[in-house]
Amino acid sequence: MASRVLNMLAGAALAALGVGAASAQEIKLGAVLSVTGPASFLGDPEKRTLEMVVEDINAKGGIDGRKVKLTIYDDAGDPNAARTFATRLLEEDKVSAMIGGSTTGTTLAMAPAFEDAQVPFISLAGAVQIVQPVKKWVFKTPHTDTMACEKIFEDMKKRNTTKIGMISGTDGFGKSMRDQCVGVAGKYGIEILHEESYGPRDTDMTPQLTNIKGKAGVQAVINPGFGQGPAIVTRNYKQIGITVPLYQSHGVASKQFIELAGPAAEGVRLPAAALLVASKLPDSDPQKKVVVEYSANYTKKTGQPVSTFGGHAYDGFHIWAEAVKRAKTDKAAAVRDEIEKTKGYVGTGGVVNMSATDHMGLDLSAFRMLEIKGGDWTLSP
Amino acid sequence: MPELLQFAFSGLTVGTVYALVAIGFTLIYNASDVVNFAQGEFVMLGGMATVFLAAAGLPLPVAAILAIAITMLVGLALYAFAIDPARGASAVAIIIVTIGASIFLRGVAQVVFDKRFHALPHWFGAEPIRVGGAAILPQSLVVIAGAALIVLALFVFIERTILGKAILAVAANRLAARLVGINVRKTVAFSFAASAAIGAIAGILIAPITLTSYDVGTLLALKGFAAAMLGGMGNPVGAVVGGILLGLSESFGAGLVSSKYKDAIAFLIILGVLFVRPQGLFGAQHRERV
Repeated sequence: MASRVLNMLAGAALAALGVGAASAQEIKLGAVLSVTGPASFLGDPEKRTLEMVVEDINAKGGIDGRKVKLTIYDDAGDPNAARTFATRLLEEDKVSAMIGGSTTGTTLAMAPAFEDAQVPFISLAGAVQIVQPVKKWVFKTPHTDTMACEKIFEDMKKRNTTKIGMISGTDGFGKSMRDQCVGVAGKYGIEILHEESYGPRDTDMTPQLTNIKGKAGVQAVINPGFGQGPAIVTRNYKQIGITVPLYQSHGVASKQFIELAGPAAEGVRLPAAALLVASKLPDSDPQKKVVVEYSANYTKKTGQPVSTFGGHAYDGFHIWAEAVKRAKTDKAAAVRDEIEKTKGYVGTGGVVNMSATDHMGLDLSAFRMLEIKGGDWTLSP
Repeated sequence: MPELLQFAFSGLTVGTVYALVAIGFTLIYNASDVVNFAQGEFVMLGGMATVFLAAAGLPLPVAAILAIAITMLVGLALYAFAIDPARGASAVAIIIVTIGASIFLRGVAQVVFDKRFHALPHWFGAEPIRVGGAAILPQSLVVIAGAALIVLALFVFIERTILGKAILAVAANRLAARLVGINVRKTVAFSFAASAAIGAIAGILIAPITLTSYDVGTLLALKGFAAAMLGGMGNPVGAVVGGILLGLSESFGAGLVSSKYKDAIAFLIILGVLFVRPQGLFGAQHRERV
C-alpha cells in the first residue's frame, strides 16, 4: 500500500517535472469557444482566427523566442460545458491566459473561475455586463450593444429624426439590444412611438410592420435583431411599402444579410466595425492597415469571407501577446497589469485604450455608419 | 381597413406554408399511423439541396427536380434503415424514431451544406401585387396554387388508384391487407417516398419567402403538426384548412392584439378547437379496430 502511494507520488512528481520543463519553453494559452452549436457563427471564425495567428507568431519565432501553445475546447454554446472546460484549462492545462467565451452566457459562467484562479481572461462576447462592473481579471474586445444603439441614435440626431418605431427579435441578442436602445434613447432625445417584436424563427413580419406603418409621425424604424429575422423584416418592409429609413443593427453586418434581403436591402443603414468595409476605408484611416491585412490573410487561409467575430479573436490575441512582450514574462499578474495598460492598440474592432476602470477600451469611433447601396456597403458620412 | 387586408394576406401566406408541411404528414400517417417528425427535414432538404445544386451551376428547374429526387431517396432510406427494422414496435416508438431521424438529418445537413441562411429567387419577381392598400407577393400565390394542386393530386391518388386504396387498407388493418395480397412494406415505403417528395416541393416553393437553412425543419414541423391536428390528422383538406387557420390566427393575433403573444394566441385557438372536436375539424371519428 505504502509503496503504491510512493510510486504514484513519484509518477506525479515526474509528470510535474516534465510539464515544468516544457512550460519554460512554451507559453500556454487557452480558449473555450462555441465552435459548434447555435453560436457556431461566432466560435467557428474565432477558432480559425486564433489558430491562424498562433501559427503565424510561432512561425516568426514566438513571443521573445518562446512558442505559444494553444489549447481550444468547444463548449457548443453551453455555459455549463464552458465552465467545466474553464476549470480544465486552469487545473490540467495550466494556461497562463485565456481568450474566448464566444457568448455572453458562456463568458459569465467562466468569469468566476478565472477570478478565483487569478488568470487573465479576454472575452469575445458582446454584453456590457462582462466588464461593468469591472472585474480585475476579465477583459473584452468586442464593442457593446449600447454603443451600437448610441451610434444609430447619433446618426438619427444628425438627420433630425426624433420619433421612431422599433421592431425587435425576441432572441437573446435582439432582446438585449432592445433594452439597451430603450435605455439610451432619452439621452439622444429620441422618442420610441411604437414597438413590435417577432420570434427568432418567424417567417413573416408584415402584421407587425403594418402596425408601425399605420402609426402617424414615425420618421425611422430600428430593428435590433440577428440571423434571418432582420432579412425578412427588410423584405417585408419594402413589400408593404414603408418609405421612412430603416436602421439595422451590427448583428446583421455580414454579406449574407445583403444576399438574403436582396434588393430590399437598398438604403438600409447600420453601424458596423471597420473590418466590413476594409477596402473602402480611406488610406488615412488608422485601422486601414490592420483590417486589410487580417481580412486578406483570413480569406486566403480559410477560403471564407471575413467576419467581425473572428476579428474579436484577432484583437484579443494581439492585446494579450503585446502584454506578454511588454511584461517579458507570462506570469499572470504581470500580464494582467500590462493588458490593463494597453494604449493605442489599433485592432480590427477599433483603437483600444484600456484603463483600470475600462476593460474594453473602445469608443463610438469603433463603429462606422454604413449604408447599403448597389448591393454593397458604403460608408455613410 | 388596408391593415386588416394586410393581416389577411400575411396570414394566408404563412398559413399555406404551414398547410404544405401539414399535407406531408397525412400520407405517412394514413399508411402507418405514424406522425413523421422528420417531415420538416424533408422540407429543409428540398430547399437546401435546390440552393446548393443551383449554386453548383445547374439550372434552377433541374436543381429543383434533382432535389426532389434526392429527398425521396432520403425518405426511402429513412424507411429502410430506421422505420422498417422497428416495424414490430408501437406507433409511439416509431414516432420517437422519426424524431431521432430528424435530429440526425439536421446534423448531416449542417455538415454537408452549411450553417447559413439561403434564399431562392422568386419565380415571378419580388415585386408585390398591391390590392386595396395591402400587398401580397406573387410567390405567395405560387405557394397557394402549389398547395391546391398537391391536395388535388393526393385526393385523386388516394380515392382513385389501387396504390392509394392499398395505403388506406394498410392503415385500416395490416394483417387483412397482407391477406388480400397487398405488399405492406412496399406500400409503406412508397408513402415515405411520396411524403418526402411533398415535403421537398413545399421546401422549394416556400424558400423564396421564408428563407432556408439546415434547421428550418424543426419549427415548420411543429407548426405543420399543429395545423394537421387542427384540421384532422390524415385529411389533406383538413391540413390545408388547419394551416390557413393557424396562419390567420397568428397574423391577426400579432396585428390586433400583441406580437409578443401571437404564438400563444394561435395555440390557444388550437387547444380550444381540440377540446370541442378532439379528432380535429375534418378528422373522421376514431375508428375502433376490431
